[in-house]
Formats: sequence, structure tokens, C-alpha cells
Amino acid sequence: MAERLRTIARSPGTWVGAGLILLVLGTLAVVAAYAGGLSALGPWDWAALRFTIWQAALSATLSAVLAVPVARALARRRFAGRGLLITLLGAPFILPVIVAIMGLVAVFGRNGLVNDTLALLGVDRVSIFGWQGVILAHVFFNLPLAVRMILHGWQAIPAERFRLAQSLGFSAADMGRHLERPMLREVLPGAWLAVFLVCLTSFAVALTLGGGPSATTIELAIYQAFRFDFDMGKAATLGLIQVGLCLLALGLSTRVTVPAGFGAGLDRDIALPAPPGWRRGADVLVIALAAAFLLTPLAHVILQGLPNIVGLPDAVWTAAARSVVMALISAALALGIALMLALAVASGQRWVEAAGMLPIVASPLVLGTGLFLMLRGVASAQQMALPVTVAINAVMALPFALRILIPAARALRADYGRLADSLGMDGLARLRLLTLPRLARPLGFAGGLSAALAMGDLGVITLFADSRNPTLPLLLYQLMNSYRLDDAAACAVVLMAISFALFWAFDKGGRLHAQL
Amino acid sequence: MRFAALALLAVTMPATNAAMAAGPELTLYAPDYFATEWGPGPKIEAGFEKICGCDLVMVTGDVLPRIMLEGDRTEADVVIGLNTDTTLRARESGLFAPHGQDLNGLTLPVTWTDDTFLPFNWSETAFIYDATRLANPPSTFQDLLDAPDDLKIAIQDPRSSISGLSMLLWVKSVYGDKAVEAWQKLRPKVLTVTPGWSEAYGMFTEGEVDMVLSFTTSPAYHIGAEQDTTKRAAIFPEGHYFMAELAAKLASSDQPELAAKFMDYVLSPDFQGMIAEANWSYPSKLPRNQLPAYFAALDRPERTIFLSETEAEEMRKPALEEWLSVFAQ
Repeated sequence: MAERLRTIARSPGTWVGAGLILLVLGTLAVVAAYAGGLSALGPWDWAALRFTIWQAALSATLSAVLAVPVARALARRRFAGRGLLITLLGAPFILPVIVAIMGLVAVFGRNGLVNDTLALLGVDRVSIFGWQGVILAHVFFNLPLAVRMILHGWQAIPAERFRLAQSLGFSAADMGRHLERPMLREVLPGAWLAVFLVCLTSFAVALTLGGGPSATTIELAIYQAFRFDFDMGKAATLGLIQVGLCLLALGLSTRVTVPAGFGAGLDRDIALPAPPGWRRGADVLVIALAAAFLLTPLAHVILQGLPNIVGLPDAVWTAAARSVVMALISAALALGIALMLALAVASGQRWVEAAGMLPIVASPLVLGTGLFLMLRGVASAQQMALPVTVAINAVMALPFALRILIPAARALRADYGRLADSLGMDGLARLRLLTLPRLARPLGFAGGLSAALAMGDLGVITLFADSRNPTLPLLLYQLMNSYRLDDAAACAVVLMAISFALFWAFDKGGRLHAQL
Repeated sequence: MRFAALALLAVTMPATNAAMAAGPELTLYAPDYFATEWGPGPKIEAGFEKICGCDLVMVTGDVLPRIMLEGDRTEADVVIGLNTDTTLRARESGLFAPHGQDLNGLTLPVTWTDDTFLPFNWSETAFIYDATRLANPPSTFQDLLDAPDDLKIAIQDPRSSISGLSMLLWVKSVYGDKAVEAWQKLRPKVLTVTPGWSEAYGMFTEGEVDMVLSFTTSPAYHIGAEQDTTKRAAIFPEGHYFMAELAAKLASSDQPELAAKFMDYVLSPDFQGMIAEANWSYPSKLPRNQLPAYFAALDRPERTIFLSETEAEEMRKPALEEWLSVFAQ
């Protein structure tokens, strides 16, 4: 017991985990305390709760199921531009919501490409507005995340196992049973969970594309409580429900996750067996469809905004520079914390994983209000705006970074932990010689994702916005609210390009350093 | 880590430290869009600092929730950008002091007697259309309800948007007991309900919808800033719902004289003269002939609907229930 306690006290991951719980639940408690307790929910709130869970479950299931064939096709085929395509396919996940919605409407809307094609074929037009639009948008945003997580799973199967399977004359079905399905059993629940949690706090997507209040999410109910009813008790109740849902989903996904246990390989970069014949055709088709679905809306956003970039006001470039610095700090923070947490999780402290996933469902409004109440008297919200934005963006990116790092950290511990322990490799030496090189690839990916997410995120804007030193996403909203929609479209392209460049640089860096 | 701290310091330093004005500080809370170079904020700051011998510190964000959270410990001396329809709760908080302004000479289409909240600009809700895309726009509200269902409009959600709330009260004021039927007729034409104004307006300019819920003054932006005269407001004889933006003084202010001076400034010709093109709505105290010509020539409704804050607050919840019952099946 004493030994166990000592390990816990020594591991920085546990302290950070406790800090996160304090941040998410503490802000909730402060808001509830301010309101003098929690308030009861009305019938519309329950309807919103039902819709929220339903759409999140459906979006997550679709994203995860569709991601499997895409990831498999990308894992086993080699073609020119494959690396670039994989990176590009990640782009929707890092787009600011409003920009993505405009892109989707342009492609799937009433006068969009899809409906014009349908009309040419003599088929009835379909509407993007309604629950189907919400699901479509959520799959658009999250399919890239699921594909990348599953692709990592495929790449994590040591190539030696595939070669052994080939020399034993495994059929495709055997390969599936012994290699691919165990890997999916390990990776898929995590991917599903991540998408489910993202969709749980969806706000603008659900409203704009949902077509009306039949597609209301909990986050809107929180907003209404905050903005018009000033019912902080209700905001806290709803925030608490989100946290409860997160823990429930996390528990479920842990139960169905089974470690694959492939063991370590020699890290030789050998192409996966690529079955010829109709499977080849199917893979080509899958990749083409995924690329068309994910990249056409992006192309529209770019075409729309490109002509106006030259005339953009200087404020855009100042904001861009500010945002890049902030995103880099956020990413560094997120990576440091995520690494500590992932190592703690891998060493058997499962609750730390739950702590790390909590921020994903923390309502930005409740979190912001709680922080505002905590910090008042200490510093003004204006002074705190940018530091709070940096910190919150780091914390919000954490769950994604964790989902990427945890499987890798577990494998690292299973494969090399005992050897390193027996060599007495500890502290900095272990970090430098074992952990960082072995985790470079997932670290690069996680860092890129964190930086890109921080770049595109508004933070907890309502109370902590420094509008005179705006970040790029805030400036984009300001442009839209001043009728300057053309400038906003151009600003969106700049934002997208920078997010993408940040993501690419980190990801590339990780892959370079992964070569042992 | 040290680099991070330095970088953090660098980004948090105000980028444009407009020559620090000397004298006491007056803190003004304003909505987010005020602060940009395209909003009215910079002009207000420059104009007021010229006459006050003080430093006007503009703090932006969600003004009312923030003031309510801070209570009487707020740093704000004055606020600007509150909306009619949400002032009852603000008044009941007791945080605001009388503005002390003479209300004669206001150029509002309604009578204004409020001694706490002072309007600085106003407009009415209206549906905006593009004359090149919609040759025969509905000419009455009833026409809109009876229009074929392939006329598509975008509105805003009354639970998250102030213009959405105006629309809710507009329909309730025009149709009263028949509001549910009106919403039922409108529903097939509502392509989508967006959380805020900008998403809906974006869909309109992209051509996804034929009409969008906005303001009678929205065409002014397109004429004034883009020389585009194709965007028009559909004017309905049933009347249009009035909406003003307000300024107020905090009772807890430690600069009451400066705060009073700011209230004077809000109604001064300097402020009133720039607000039309800075905020794209009608100034609250400026004769029509002093407006830019195209602004004065905008189509005007004959009837303006105005609810007192008590009426608006009483109507809000039942009207919201009706709206939800139609839209959330």
C-alpha cells in the first residue's frame, strides 16, 4: 500500500489528472454554488438530451464503421501522393465549424453540386437540413479522426506478423480473424468513443443544419440558460449530465476494448500484403469516395475565399501571427500533459484516462463561467483572455492527444517496459532513449492535431474575449458579424492554411524522428 | 518553459496600444463586434477621449450575462449594446442608475420614456431578399405565410439569438392567438433555424435561401459599403418589430461624472452622426435629412411594433412554447 502510494505521489501524471478533474468539476461546482444549487430540467431539456445522445451515437457508429475500409485501403495500398492524401484527409477535423458548414451547404445544399447532379439524373433533390444534415456534418468532421486512429492501429501491427501470416498461406479471412479483427477490437472502441464525445457537445452544427429545434442539443440548452434565462443552476445541471454521459461512455468502451497483444517487431517498413483482383478495385473506390466526400467542401471553401486574400485588412495578419504563437504554446502544453497522462495510464492507473477525457465534454460555457467566477478579484477577464484561451485550448486538445498516445504508451510498456526496468533505465535517460524515440510518430500526430485545433478554436469566448487583440477565429466571426462575408471567406482560407501547415509540420517532424 | 512564458507575455501585450490617454479611466462594456476596425468602437473611443480628458477603456464580451455575474463588484462604469427585450432582468438587478438625459428630440418611431436605458440606435426586424433572384417578394406577412413552400427562408433561434427572439415576438404581436397557425404555415418554408445571425445571413448571400431574417437597415450596408442595390427589405403593412440598442450607467461606478458625460456623448451630434455607417442602423437622435442620402431613402414600414420590456418578458415564454410545439415535432 505504502509502495503504491509512493508511486502515485511520484508520478506527475496523477497530479495532472487530479488537476483536470478539479478544473472540469470545480468550475461546475462554482457555477452551481453561484446559482445556489442545481435547477430542475424542463421537458424540452429532456428532448434535447435524447436527441443529443441519439445523434452522437449514430454519428460515432457511422464514422467508425466507414473509417475501417478507408483505413484498410490506405494501410495496404501504395501510390504516389499517398502521404499527402492521408494528411489532406485529416483537414476537415481541424476546420472551424462555421467554415465547414458553409462548405457542406455549398456541396450538399439546395443548389449544391450533389443536388444538381441528382437533378441531371432525374432523381429527386435531397435536403441537407434535418437530422440527416447533422449526421452528415458530424461524419464529415470526425471520419478523418477515426480513419487516422484506425490507420495507426494497422501500422502498429508489426510487419513480421503479416509476413508470417503470408508464409503460412493465410487467406484474407484468416488474416482478418488473426490480425485485423483483434487490432480493431483494441482500436475501434476508442475511436468510437472519441467521436461520440465530440458530438455530445455539438452546438452550431446541430442547430444550423438540424433545420430547427427538433435537432436541439444540450449545449444549446446551456446557452439559452446562460443568455436569456440567466439560470446558472440549469447550466450546471446540464453540464453535470454531460460529464456523467462521458464517464458512462468511457466505461462502456473500456469494457469492450481487448488488448491485441501483437508484441514488438523490428520496425521494418515493409508494405502490407495488398490483395489483387476485385479487392484492389474496391480499395481504389473506397479511397476515391472518401477523398471526394472530404475534399470537395474544402475545395469550395478555398475557391470562395482565395480571390479576396490579397485585399485582406492588416488586422487579419496580426491576428494570424498572434494565433500561431498561441497555438504553438497550446500544443506544447497539451503534448507535455498528454505524455505524462499516457505514461500514467500505461502504468496501470486507469482513472487518469477518465480524467484526461473529461475536458472533451466540458461545456465551454460552463467552464468559462466557472473560470470567470474563480478568477474575478484575481485578475480582469480582459487581461486573462489570451492566457486562458491558450490554456483552455491545450486542455480541450488533450483528449485527442491522449487517445493517440495511450495505445502507443501501452504497447511501449508491454514491449520494452520490463527490459528498461531491468536495465535500471529511469528518469530523463529513459525519456530520451526510449520513450521519446518510440513515441515520436504518435507524439508528432498528437502535437499537430493539438496545434491545429488550438488554431481554429474560439476558446471560452463569451466571457474571456479580448476583441481588440483577437485571435484569427474570433476575427473571422467579427468579420461575419460586420456583414463582411467576402473577407470572412478569405480569412477562413488563411485560417485553414495555417492550421494545416501546423498540423503537417508536427506530423512530419514526428515521422522523421521515428526512423530509428 | 521560459520561452513559453516570454512568448505568452508577448502575445498578451496589447498589439495596438493607441496612445494612452491621460486622466482617469472610464470602463465601458460593449459587445464583441464593437471593437473591430469595422465596428463603432474605435470611433466612439476616439470621439469621447477628445472631449472627456479621460481614458476610455473598452471591454468587450457578452455584456449582460457578464454584468449579472459580476454584480455590484463590476468594474464597468457604463455599458453599451444592450437590447430592448432583455432589459427587464437587467433593471430588476438594481445595478443600473438613471441616465439623466432629456428624451425630447429622439428620432425613434416609438415613444421612449425609459429613464435608465438610453437608445443609441435602432432598426426593425425584416426579411431581406435579393431583387435579382426574387422578382415577386411577398408584400405582406400574410403573403409570406401563403407563399408556395419552395420559397425558402432562414431564421434564427429565439433561444440563442436576439434577432430570433425579435422574430418570435413579432409573429406573436401580429398574429396573437393565431400565432401557432402562422408558424405552421411558415414552417415548410423555413429551410433552417440558425443559432446566430451570421450563419443565416451567410446562407442568404451564398444563395442557399431566398429570404433571411435580418433588419430593415441591412440593405444600407450593401449600398453603402458594396454599391450593391439588389438587396432589399420586404416591407409588410402588418408592421415590423422594433429593436433598439441601449446604453446605461452603472450605479456602482466610481466615475459618475464621467459616466454622465458619456451619456451626453451618446446623444451628441458627433456620436449620432457616425453611428449609421458604423453600425448599419438608424441613429436614435438625428433628423432624417442629416442621414447619408441612401440611408434616408431606405424603404420604411408604416407601422412599427414595440413591446414594453414587461410585455416582451411576459410574452416570451408562452410564445417560445408555441414556437417549439410547431418546430420541434
